[in-house]
Amino acid sequence: MSKLIEIKSLNIFYGESHILRDIDLSVKAGEMVCVIGRNGVGKTTLLKSLIGLLKTKSGEINFLGENINRQMPHQRARKGIAYVPQGREIIPYLTVEENLMLGMESLPGGLSKNKKIDDFIYELFPILKEFLSRKGGDLSGGQQQQLSIARALLGEPKLLLLDEPTEGIQPNIILDIESAVTKIILEKGIGVLLVEQHLHFVRQADRYYAMQRGGIVASGDSSELSKEVISKFLSV
Amino acid sequence: MELLLDSIFNGIAIGSVLLVAALGLAIVFGLMGVINLAHGELMMLGAYTTYVTQLIFKLPILKPFYNWYVIISIFLAFIVSGVVGIILEKTIIRKLYGSPLETLLATWGVSLILQQFVRSVPLSYGSGLIISLLIGMVLPLFFPTKIKESIKFKYYKLASWSFATLIGILSAELISSLISKLGRASSRNVDVTAPAWMRGQIEILGNTFPKTRLMIIIITLISVIAIICFLNQSAWGIRIRAVTQNRQMCDCLGISTEKVDVITFGIGSGLAGVAGVAVSLLGSVGPNVGGNYIVGCFMVVVLGGVGNLLGTIFASFGIGIMTDLIGAGRLLNIWPNMPLSLSNTINFFATTSMARVMIFALIVIFLQFKPSGLFPQKGRMVES
Ligand SMILES: Nc1ncnc2c1ncn2[C@@H]1O[C@H](COP(=O)(O)OP(=O)(O)OP(=O)(O)O)[C@@H](O)[C@H]1O
Ligand SMILES: [Mg+2]
Repeated sequence: MSKLIEIKSLNIFYGESHILRDIDLSVKAGEMVCVIGRNGVGKTTLLKSLIGLLKTKSGEINFLGENINRQMPHQRARKGIAYVPQGREIIPYLTVEENLMLGMESLPGGLSKNKKIDDFIYELFPILKEFLSRKGGDLSGGQQQQLSIARALLGEPKLLLLDEPTEGIQPNIILDIESAVTKIILEKGIGVLLVEQHLHFVRQADRYYAMQRGGIVASGDSSELSKEVISKFLSV
Repeated sequence: MELLLDSIFNGIAIGSVLLVAALGLAIVFGLMGVINLAHGELMMLGAYTTYVTQLIFKLPILKPFYNWYVIISIFLAFIVSGVVGIILEKTIIRKLYGSPLETLLATWGVSLILQQFVRSVPLSYGSGLIISLLIGMVLPLFFPTKIKESIKFKYYKLASWSFATLIGILSAELISSLISKLGRASSRNVDVTAPAWMRGQIEILGNTFPKTRLMIIIITLISVIAIICFLNQSAWGIRIRAVTQNRQMCDCLGISTEKVDVITFGIGSGLAGVAGVAVSLLGSVGPNVGGNYIVGCFMVVVLGGVGNLLGTIFASFGIGIMTDLIGAGRLLNIWPNMPLSLSNTINFFATTSMARVMIFALIVIFLQFKPSGLFPQKGRMVES
């Protein structure tokens, strides 16, 4: 399978501090790749630089064979990268329905041409249908997480960036989110780059990368994730 | 009692002007955190647009439609102030994001430039300039996508700007030659006369009110409803509200935040233009006319709260009514035999500028007790 995204020796700085060091990483279509690592190693920084919120100091980000280093986040979104950030970032005073509609902005024609929310979203996350006219900021954390993923999926992305989707969420909803993500990969063949601490979810991934102090120190098939590796890289 | 009603009615008319202008100011401030000190001058442009439209509609060919010039000028004022606002955003404000003090100073500078502009440049040339700016900006949008994406797009743009300049110069000359009043620069105030159907009084429940003021209230009502519908129903409305609340995330979702900024600034400025039409119906129009309202607008925004429609409405009517009650010294007429010391105080504040001082002081005192304005936002989102 061809590579959706390919990152070559990526370096990212916050001011003077060197956060990401020579990262090499790739995700193929239909594949779920997980990034693990303790708090503060730079996982969020990695995803932010892929969507374009952070400037690349050096290195290459190639998406579908095209270098996207210099593109703005909205241009990358329109190319097919969707981002579910760590803080969920629901638009608080917009209704759930409007938040979902925003997800379709990255489709051709944007939300002016796409107003109808596809029913598959309600099959994945039935709870959203009940709360369509409620303000996004009034949802609970778990509901917001589902909304955030649903919003990303409505843009029919080729690559989905998920930053700790299970953080602070109760176990049964974690399972809902997990099965929704694995289902969407099977059905739509999209690639997923997942940052996760929750072991059960990590095990669903095809491959993993382990990070330490801003660099990738181990990688391989998730099935090979041994107890030692896990205890070393997951803060559980 | 009748006097009080009069005052309330006048106050609502003044408040209407404040409301429309303050809405524009608040939308822009909410989205970009930009305090636009040239907002008053955008109102002034709206007022001058009404004047120019009026003179153009006096020409023989347009004479039959003269009665409707006010309606037309509402749209034109929206466009004129909107175009100037967009240029302002694209050339200056965008460069100064994240530095509020510089933005404040720069927009103040722009307000001075605009005031001097209407003094020293004939209105016909001003109109020509606006026409060419409008054509130059809008024409490239209609090019087919194939041209827009080609590398030669620059040249097409250049060509359309040249065309726009030509049309602008021609229309300036045309206006100068047809209407000699517009061909000369003048810093004197001008007067807009309402068409016949808007002059005179109207009787409501036994009281008479000037029709122009009623018209102002109607214009306000329509603009407020239109802007609410736009913000709530249209795709751009959703984008604007979303970017106001979370700019970064909207960027990640595929919204071009630059475009949203331009459109919002255009609409905010356009609303100032519409308010300007109302201003021209209230009194004479001069280069400084915007300055009379800008302080009121800021007070409305502070008192009502940004993004709080109900608060903005109450604040503008409240300030409008207070201005009329205090500034026109009407309290004395309403209550003739008040104690001497009190009546002296009221007399002291009974000028437009002193009334402003008084209202300003009252608002400062009010905010001491209710720092978040008239109607603070409630709910889960505010607590977090
Ligand atoms: N805006 C910022 N300015 C300066 N340093 C920052 C900024 N944001 C993050 N950092 C630093 O960059 C490093 C990596 O942060 P990042 O958020 O990527 O970690 P993370 O792996 O996502 O952690 P967590 O598991 O807690 O989410 C941290 O040391 C953090 O202090
Ligand atoms: Mg993180």
